[in-house]
Amino acid sequence: MLRMASSFPEEVLEHVFSFIQSDADRNSISMVCKSWYEIERWCRRRIFVGNCYAVSPRMVIRRFPDVRSIELKGKPHFADFNLVPEGWGGYVDPWISAMAMAYPWLEEIRLKRMVVTDESLELIAKSFKNFKALVLSSCEGFSTDGLAAIAANCRNLRELDLRESDVDDLSGHWLSHFPDTYTSLVSLDISCLGSEMSFTALERLVGRCPNLRSLRLNRTVPIEKLANLLRQAPQLVELGTGAYSAELRPEVFSNLAGALSGCKELKSLSGFWEAVPAYLPAVYSICPGLTSLNLSYAAIQSPHLIKLLSHCPKLQRLWVLDYIEDVGLEALAASCKDLRELRVFPSDPFVAEPNVSLTEQGLVSVSGGCPKLHSVLYFCRQMSNAALTTIARNRPNFTCFRLCIIEPRTPDYLTLGPLDAGFGAIVEHCKDLRRLSVSGLLTDRAFEYIGTYAKKLEMLSLAFAGDSDLGLHHVLSGCENLRKLEIRDCPFGDKALLANAAKLETMRSLWMSSCMVSYGACKLLGQKMPRLNVEVIDERGPPDTRPESCPVEKLYIYRSVAGPRFDMPGFVWTMDEDSSALRLS
Amino acid sequence: MESGMAYEKDDLMINLKATELRLGLPGTEEETNEDHHQDQSSLSSSALKNRKRHSPEITREEKSDHDGEETAPPAKAQIVGWPPIRSYRKNSLQQMKKSEAAEISGMFVKVSMDGAPYLRKIDLRVYKNYPELLKALENMFKFTVGEYSEREGYKGSDYVPTYEDKDGDWMLVGDVPWDMFMSSCKRLRIMRESEARGLGWGV
Repeated sequence: MLRMASSFPEEVLEHVFSFIQSDADRNSISMVCKSWYEIERWCRRRIFVGNCYAVSPRMVIRRFPDVRSIELKGKPHFADFNLVPEGWGGYVDPWISAMAMAYPWLEEIRLKRMVVTDESLELIAKSFKNFKALVLSSCEGFSTDGLAAIAANCRNLRELDLRESDVDDLSGHWLSHFPDTYTSLVSLDISCLGSEMSFTALERLVGRCPNLRSLRLNRTVPIEKLANLLRQAPQLVELGTGAYSAELRPEVFSNLAGALSGCKELKSLSGFWEAVPAYLPAVYSICPGLTSLNLSYAAIQSPHLIKLLSHCPKLQRLWVLDYIEDVGLEALAASCKDLRELRVFPSDPFVAEPNVSLTEQGLVSVSGGCPKLHSVLYFCRQMSNAALTTIARNRPNFTCFRLCIIEPRTPDYLTLGPLDAGFGAIVEHCKDLRRLSVSGLLTDRAFEYIGTYAKKLEMLSLAFAGDSDLGLHHVLSGCENLRKLEIRDCPFGDKALLANAAKLETMRSLWMSSCMVSYGACKLLGQKMPRLNVEVIDERGPPDTRPESCPVEKLYIYRSVAGPRFDMPGFVWTMDEDSSALRLS
Repeated sequence: MESGMAYEKDDLMINLKATELRLGLPGTEEETNEDHHQDQSSLSSSALKNRKRHSPEITREEKSDHDGEETAPPAKAQIVGWPPIRSYRKNSLQQMKKSEAAEISGMFVKVSMDGAPYLRKIDLRVYKNYPELLKALENMFKFTVGEYSEREGYKGSDYVPTYEDKDGDWMLVGDVPWDMFMSSCKRLRIMRESEARGLGWGV
């Protein structure tokens, strides 16, 4: 028998595999044959775990013995909007403990929506001699004491990024724990911290790290001090300012403008808390090279924004508040022909009446004028099918389309009918659409369109939409590439879920809250689908104290090879193979 | 909308009946389905009840709007997690409002009137323009302010409104744009016309 596998020495295969970095390709390689599986698992260096409960640390370590970089995600996306109660889970400690022993050469840890403790941070600091990158995105549970341990011990640290994490900020003193001999910082994002830091410590740190490329400060760093920092780091590529306001003083302005003009590599600006228009022109000198601008924390009105944007012809990404208004977006469409991504956030989201003149027209302008635009997040108060259809026709290259009409169930303001046709046009024309969030008044027909056309869709977010289970059925049966589905306040019940149970094993997760899925259906699903974890989240008490037909508050279903988890709080129940609800605390 | 849907819904009901997973024991298909229908409607009302009970922030609009009819939204309480904005951003927005408000709260100025026994204080931010401010002053001190013209100041009244600006100079109310006035006014003085005339104002 011809044994092809042994004709190639392992080292050669390993070398070839080292050129293949994508997880999907690595997974494919590992399935070719047993020996390729073995070779591949020994040389896989980077792991991505999209749901930390889909697999256990032990299983990962057993299969991949020499990992250098790991990325883990914990809570479901709707946790960002306070829909996941405190204490739900997503603890990273078991992972860190296991990896501390198994992966002494671990270099990178990237976490999203996980609960991290100071103990874990201390363990990281002690265990990984070559530790290089710590990225904590929307994490919580740790304090600046943990950061101090990282700063003090990780000699080779290159990246420390705390983006949007909820840190127990005891003091700014932790930054001084970086020893004077430490010079390897490349990227620092401390924008989420609230405490003031010793400015001298910060300046010295910046000054002695020649490879610093990305610096995102917190709002306590005043604008007057920014120039000094920039002069220490003219090689910066990304800058996040602190508070960007002060009374206009000519010497402060010219100092800042001068320092900024010295940063010839700057491509990205963010921060701008409390920004005042008077200081905006200080950035004009670097605008021609700017590709990314985040002004979403700045209450700057449209005339100033228009002026600023007119200096940024190479802009690819813009995050901004709705103060930009339709007129500003029209100007954006004219000035920034290279725009790829736009996010417009609401300045006053909890008021029914519009406080600014931003309508669907702004989005129509940008979609018409920016040929490379492919990713949009847009908050507005009115929309029409006509506008959506125009947008879809203008911009069939959308890969990510997230529209939030602020008032739930808002109809087409011209016809007063549902927005089914408009979203239908979006999914029909945008054949590469991977992510979609819908809003406004939508019937099951909208979901029929989505199921029919959105064949590449991977993530879908629904709220206050649909009429019946038919809507959910269209989505689950039609969207072949669906990985994540999150639903709130939709009249979807048991039928569609049970009819499409098998589909759930092909997805990462399904979230449903304030819908109409009964406890009985959850139990049935848990019984019949052993490779799914069906978690009922209900703060009213044990679901078996209520009738089986009673709908559950929240439901989170995800595929897992690790079986049910054991770290659930008292308000989460896993529906297991035994027909009674299994809850272990 | 509804009539077109009904046919398709029944279609789906039939299809779903044929699937493996359903509630209830095998062999009791028909009753189960009916029970399920009933359950669905009682589910609706109990779902609503549960929502009312356990999400107190749900708006009145939601309760009446269950089948998607449009109703004019009444004054609303906030829905949990809606609009979908991260807490990080929400906190920032709140801080933004606070700093705007902080500017606002610093706008109290003293008002004196010649001959009046004591001073008053007013919040300049309450007024959007000069006419509103002058009207309020007129009411407060029971006088009339006369007609303003750029050339001649206030004509035809016993009193003239003046203010002290940042530089310590006494200025006539109304000469500069409202915004500039608001940011430079430190105190107000309603001056007797006779005195004002002596200073070269009025006719």
